[in-house]
Amino acid sequence: MTDFTSGFWTWFIIIPTLAGIVGLFWLNRWMAAPRRKGEEETTGHVWDEDLRELNNPLPRWWLNLFYLTLVFGLVYLVLYPGLGTVAGVLGWTQQGQYEKEIAQADKRYGALYEKYLSQDLRVVAANAEATKTGERLFVNYCTGCHGSDARGGPGFPNLRDSDWLWGGTPEAIEATILNGRQGAMPAWGAVLGREGVHSVAEYVLSLSGKRTVNQTAAAAGKQKFQQLCVACHGPEGKGNTAVGAPNLTDDVWLYGGTQQAVMESIEKGRRGQMPAHRDFLGEAKVHVVAAYVYSLSPPPAPAPKVAASSKP
Amino acid sequence: MAEAYNDRVVRQFAVMTVVWGLVGMLVGVLIAAQMAWPALNFDIPWLTFSRLRPLHTNAVIFAFGGCALFATSYYVVQRTCHARLYSDKLAAFTFWGWQAVIVAAAITLPLGITSSKEYAELEWPIDILITLVWVGYAIVFFGTLAKRKVAHIYVANWFFGAFILAIAVLHVFNNLEVPVSWTKSYSIYAGVQDAMMQWWYGHNAVGFFLTAGFLGIMYYFIPKQAERPVYSYRLSVVHFWGLVFTYIWAGPHHLHYTALPDWAQSLGMVFSLILLAPSWGGMINGIMTLSGAWQKLRTDPILKFLVVSVSFYGMATFEGPMMSIKTVNALSHYTDWTIGHVHAGALGWVAMISIGAMYFLIPRLFNRKLYSLKLVETHFWVATVGIVLYIAAMWIAGVMQGLMWRAVNADGTLTYSFVESVQAMYPFYIVRTLGGVCFFAGMVIMAYNLWRTVVGAQPVAVAIPAPAQ
Repeated sequence: MTDFTSGFWTWFIIIPTLAGIVGLFWLNRWMAAPRRKGEEETTGHVWDEDLRELNNPLPRWWLNLFYLTLVFGLVYLVLYPGLGTVAGVLGWTQQGQYEKEIAQADKRYGALYEKYLSQDLRVVAANAEATKTGERLFVNYCTGCHGSDARGGPGFPNLRDSDWLWGGTPEAIEATILNGRQGAMPAWGAVLGREGVHSVAEYVLSLSGKRTVNQTAAAAGKQKFQQLCVACHGPEGKGNTAVGAPNLTDDVWLYGGTQQAVMESIEKGRRGQMPAHRDFLGEAKVHVVAAYVYSLSPPPAPAPKVAASSKP
Repeated sequence: MAEAYNDRVVRQFAVMTVVWGLVGMLVGVLIAAQMAWPALNFDIPWLTFSRLRPLHTNAVIFAFGGCALFATSYYVVQRTCHARLYSDKLAAFTFWGWQAVIVAAAITLPLGITSSKEYAELEWPIDILITLVWVGYAIVFFGTLAKRKVAHIYVANWFFGAFILAIAVLHVFNNLEVPVSWTKSYSIYAGVQDAMMQWWYGHNAVGFFLTAGFLGIMYYFIPKQAERPVYSYRLSVVHFWGLVFTYIWAGPHHLHYTALPDWAQSLGMVFSLILLAPSWGGMINGIMTLSGAWQKLRTDPILKFLVVSVSFYGMATFEGPMMSIKTVNALSHYTDWTIGHVHAGALGWVAMISIGAMYFLIPRLFNRKLYSLKLVETHFWVATVGIVLYIAAMWIAGVMQGLMWRAVNADGTLTYSFVESVQAMYPFYIVRTLGGVCFFAGMVIMAYNLWRTVVGAQPVAVAIPAPAQ
């Protein structure tokens, strides 16, 4: 324990603590002393015409309660850490308690998850009991961003559709959960200017083919797109799961598909972050969650291109 | 003519106690309703729970409770010292200064201007104003004490004095901050030290503002209203020193199982448990003062307020030490049980004793008879039912949350997602709102009753009587 810069501070804690407890004990003894002979039943003080005080003895049960808490306090400080760096006879620490409980839980439940870990993700995803467990893990650890129904929200991907930023194979999903992902769309506002941002947005919106866009602007935007955006989104705007660049032709929009939202994405850029869960949940639990997430979405018709980096 | 008491400032603070009580509790009812029906924030930023919650706590603690403490302490210190307030000008400054603090809080908090420390949300310019008012308060109070005509200092003044001194120290040290603009500052403490300072402050805002100060109220108004002597001087001595010494250690129990070192958590828990007996000493002294006058409880609703408040005090100060035990805290922490506990103290103890004291004070200050004792009786029952609904709902809700959060399936996963525990709270949040509505309705009855009492009244100056000794 390195809470203190010198041994002085331990005594700085021990002395007032013990002096306090002894002082309270002494205060009680002093005030509990029987009334001296001739001492009045009242203190004799009078304020504001009729305010007086009796001098009744301390109630016995109350005094005993007081002593009991003082004794409990001393015993507790012998058994548990409290007096500065003195560890306490039981050797208890909250860190130790936590580790013990985790070890117990691992011993009790570990085998269950280890069993699934040795199975292929597709097999686990077909096991109703496993996906039940996966769902329970999901609602506790994933719903904060992806929602209780796994349909996501603005900035957080929908996990029930067949559109995958980083690849939708079970292995890619597991890699995403284990290691996390950092999605980065650079800000192009300074490079493109407002006019440029608008024309690129018109072009991007034209890719999903369902909207009427300003054709002149879209044509101008296409040129810019071919210079600036192809590196990640590809010449056809179909994206690249190796870098998490979204497919822009499928009308699925992580940050919204209105003209305004698309312009904002281009102008200011976007940062997406999926946190890594390898250390937090452990590989075995991630395996079950990955199987559950995989089970949510319909298998995509053409096998998606799996990014090399996402293979475990 | 003999010198008279300064009752003007007492009258001002007493009236504002009722006004701020209405405001603070109305905001409380609104945010309680928002918990059950979140749409009630109407998507207006100023009306969101996050901004109104600190407004509610500041309004009821520092506006309602604060004005009650100023009013009663100025009244009591004069009566029990047989002396006029040390300085009329400084007393007037504390009144207007404190109202300015409250108005500033009512403007800045809904705007989202906050230092984000619980019960110390106000930003640095307001903190400085509070400090100035508080120094003025201390000078007036201790100055009056210094010119007292009776040798012995009455027990109520021990508690008022301890409250004023401790709050000065707590306020200054918890609010040490570096301003970056007129409306934003950052605490000079970082990480767990900041948390420790905050809860050292936070728990002693409870211990000294909401406890010691209100014990001062108890020690004057219960013997006066019951017309009985204080039960035991010795008990006063033991529980006063026990209380003021022990409270200052109890803060760490707000930080069990956190980054706070084990030793600090243990000391917080040990001294919180030791606090049980000193707290109950106050309860015993308050309730036993009635011995020989129990029959008055049947006919005097003002005494009912005062004595029931002390009973709630005893209940809350039993519950507190229990909740500070680590094993219990592991269940109760972060649940609505804490909210229930706070309101057992805030509604049951702090508000009830302030209400009793105002029913005692305001007719006397305006030289009138209370308009209706029947309405006081109605207020008492409406308020009591409100408190019971509130704390019962929060007990059940809190224990249920605690149990739901730790329930585990056969596969080791948590049985309930967080949102399921939120959903389970819905009926209890409605009952809690209902309790709040009852308590607020009682305040409306009080405001009407006192309005009818004082309207058109001509207060007269009260001459200071010669001490009896």
